[in-house]
Amino acid sequence: MGLLSRKATCNTHGQDSSYFLGWQEYEKNPYNEVNNPNGIIQMGLAENQLCLDLLEPWLMKNPDALGLKRDGISIFKELALFQDYNGFPAFKRALVDFMGEIRGNKVSFDPNHVVLTAGATSANETLMFCLADQGDAFLLPTPYYPGFDRDLRWRTGVEIVPIHCTSSNGFKVTLPAIEQAYRQAQKRKLRVKGVLITNPSNPLGTTMARDELDLLINFIEDKQIHLISDEIYSGTVFTSPSFVSVMEVLKDRDLDQTQVWERVHIVYSLSKDLGLPGFRVGAIYSNDPVVVSAATKMSSFGLVSSQTQYLLSAMLLDKKFTKEYMSENHKRLQKQQKDLVAGLEKAGIRCLDSNAGLFCWVDMRHLLKSNTFEAEMELWQKIVYHVKINISPGSSCHCIEPGWFRVCFANMSESTLKLAIQRLKSFVSSIGMKSQNHQELKSLRRKSRNNWVFRLSLQSFYDREQDATTKVSFSYRPHFMSLSNIAATLDAAA
Amino acid sequence: MVAISKIATGNGHGEDSPYFDGWKAYETNPFHPIDRPDGVIQMGLAENQLCFNFIKKWVMEHPEASLCSAEGVNKFKETALFQDYHGMPEFREAVAKFMGKVRGGRVKFDPDRIVMSGGATGAHEMVAFCLADPGEAFLVPSPYYPGFDRDLRWRTGVELVPVVCESSNNFKITRAALEAAYEKAKEANLRVKGLLITNPSNPLGTILDRDTLKGIVKFINEKNIHLIGDEIYAATVFMEPEFVSISEIIEEVECNRDLIHIVYSLSKDMGFPGFRVGIVYSYNDAVVSCARKMSSFGLVSSQTQHLIATMLSDDDFVDSFIVESKEQLFKRHEYFTLSLSQVGIGSLKSNAGLFIWMDLRKLLKEKTFDAEMDLWRVIINEVKLNVSPGSSFHCDEPGWFRVCFANMDENTMEVALLRITTFMHKHNEAMAPRKLCRRASLKLSLSRRRDDFMSQNMMSPHSPIPQSPLVRART
Repeated sequence: MGLLSRKATCNTHGQDSSYFLGWQEYEKNPYNEVNNPNGIIQMGLAENQLCLDLLEPWLMKNPDALGLKRDGISIFKELALFQDYNGFPAFKRALVDFMGEIRGNKVSFDPNHVVLTAGATSANETLMFCLADQGDAFLLPTPYYPGFDRDLRWRTGVEIVPIHCTSSNGFKVTLPAIEQAYRQAQKRKLRVKGVLITNPSNPLGTTMARDELDLLINFIEDKQIHLISDEIYSGTVFTSPSFVSVMEVLKDRDLDQTQVWERVHIVYSLSKDLGLPGFRVGAIYSNDPVVVSAATKMSSFGLVSSQTQYLLSAMLLDKKFTKEYMSENHKRLQKQQKDLVAGLEKAGIRCLDSNAGLFCWVDMRHLLKSNTFEAEMELWQKIVYHVKINISPGSSCHCIEPGWFRVCFANMSESTLKLAIQRLKSFVSSIGMKSQNHQELKSLRRKSRNNWVFRLSLQSFYDREQDATTKVSFSYRPHFMSLSNIAATLDAAA
Repeated sequence: MVAISKIATGNGHGEDSPYFDGWKAYETNPFHPIDRPDGVIQMGLAENQLCFNFIKKWVMEHPEASLCSAEGVNKFKETALFQDYHGMPEFREAVAKFMGKVRGGRVKFDPDRIVMSGGATGAHEMVAFCLADPGEAFLVPSPYYPGFDRDLRWRTGVELVPVVCESSNNFKITRAALEAAYEKAKEANLRVKGLLITNPSNPLGTILDRDTLKGIVKFINEKNIHLIGDEIYAATVFMEPEFVSISEIIEEVECNRDLIHIVYSLSKDMGFPGFRVGIVYSYNDAVVSCARKMSSFGLVSSQTQHLIATMLSDDDFVDSFIVESKEQLFKRHEYFTLSLSQVGIGSLKSNAGLFIWMDLRKLLKEKTFDAEMDLWRVIINEVKLNVSPGSSFHCDEPGWFRVCFANMDENTMEVALLRITTFMHKHNEAMAPRKLCRRASLKLSLSRRRDDFMSQNMMSPHSPIPQSPLVRART
């Protein structure tokens, strides 16, 4: 219309991505065990639903938390009026203690360095507004969370330049890749303001190794830029190696209280670790007082409801409960991940080795018709529409290798997961039958030629040796098919 | 060294305004009846604290709203997972119904046009991002809420051009003023994208009459610019004339509905600023769609959505609350303005809001903003009241102050009034000796001064009728 802003009419909101289109398809036909058993199973949403049943008994034992009471007396008025953007002090204290606990208490956090925001979505956008001007850029390792295209760029005007990671080394970040990205930004005349990493990674489900973190710290020190570490999955690390936060590495290298210390910022949230995305609890942690101050003022645009701050301060202050919750959380995540990995393996599908997150990074390259993103999209569409599973194609995560998919496992019951695996297995078998038949035919033709030749020579062998004890192993017997059988297979493959 | 952003290091956050300085003075020495009886009384914060007992009672009687009942705990999981930016349907329906009731049932709101935001603060910024590009401008009638400087401009890069309203006609928004502002923007090479009105007005506490509203709608249609109606004080209209919303006007006059947007919130009408319930209601489908995507940056906590949905679906509660709230606001406003007039302080006649627009022009040493600041410092430091100087609202005339009255209990109000009375007596005594040598004209000049204060145009009514007809009527 010309009457709206450019932001309103462009598509930097990113919702045309296959990542979101898959969700839309799911919404049209959502799986339900009872009401819609043939619907689409949602494996494209990274939610942690495995431990919410543990919250219920806690809530019953602590009715004041939800009831907005303190020692049985209503504090409704106090909470309804509390709009201080510095946040509820008890909540911030509880939050930093929780964050420290997740990091094995190897680092401690200062509540005065925390800025509360409406979810990590808001935290990431706010940090961009604080650290970069319109037209500046941040470097991000690929593959990365599709929402970053919106959160970091849409209203801020900041650009993302990818640091391409590949399967050749398990998608680890390397110095050449970072430098290449930096050069690319310079070519595009973009001023690089920093690097943003997600650790543990979405969509990979892996934690960053110390040497990767060292590499990044060295790089930002050298270029004098910022490092944002999105650690919203830090509480989902369910097996070794244990989680190492960038703050820990800085501390170990005696870099705390130096300039680089003030240029490293953490983003946190309770949406993934505690499974509470509806409550919109995000946080920015920074050692730069100017950033804390600016971000605090900006948080006015998306504060956390006081009602929610109160509930969660009570919950997080119960350290016995949170310890038990997180321990059980890890157990259940590990089991579910193992089930998915094992199930996929039976279908001939491998996953990247992962130790964290609510998803697996699944390798379906061998199922592609060709090594192209078109083929990836074709496969994806088959999986969504015919197999009826919503998964996220690697291209939506900016992966440069076609054939990888993010598959979530923590937002469903064991039985739904089994069903999903079953559907995938059937699907793969059907492709496999076609391709196996295709391959089999090829090798059959080859083998039958060989067999023919061998039979001839065998016959001549037998002919030559009339010894009953001389037996030739027929271990390749399964491949030795009669001509009539070959003909039948050819018909089936057609 | 690559520093942080210009936005972060600049002062677009607007906190250097005296509006916030006063808050800081309060925060370093806040009044408490027992612990700090000489502390600063906060009269610079527009909060509605008059109905909490009424609301609290409902909350205690309805544990399911806080997910506290047995079924509630079961619902907890569902609520905790709900992050759909469309918002809970029951939340949108309840808010739409409430908005309709607040407008006397004269207009219906469509729940599908309700978009959530992080309070009205988040709503305003979101609307600016949707409607304007950096460097474009909105017209805003002055005096206006200081927070607009931050909310509409800081991160968006949008400019504000004031539509200057004057005390000579009770700060009405005239066509001439609108045109003048529009021209001014043009001269400054700013493309005007819209007009933002706050109705009921902050800081004036008045509502726009039907003719003015129709004139405004005509103006924006002619210029083909957007109209944003900030109606966050809609339910605080405690006396006649009745509130008229833009949503009603567009049913009565020709209007391109794609230009019409309303910002709403529960922070003032219900007194829930802590819950961060902001709403953008647009008649433009593209804006609804865009705003909904942007609402990801400031969704309302699902826990709060559930509470509000349950509360506002209770028709009996809502109907009683609206009446109770008006009654409490009327009583407090009446008492406050009457007491002020008795010591010779006048204010703009108002029938809404949580504050009055107090006229202290006569107390200025000279007609300048410096003198206004001097007076303000005296009020903060000596009288120990935080009031907000008119200059922080971009008022073009010095001497006006916004004074909030709904954010304190009766005792604190008495203390505030006592301090004001004491100050005025001291002031009057200080003025009186100079008049001794002109005894002959004393009576005359004194009475003339009283007439100025008692001028019907400026005074808030101390009506002989103790209860307004609006309050007595049942909605």
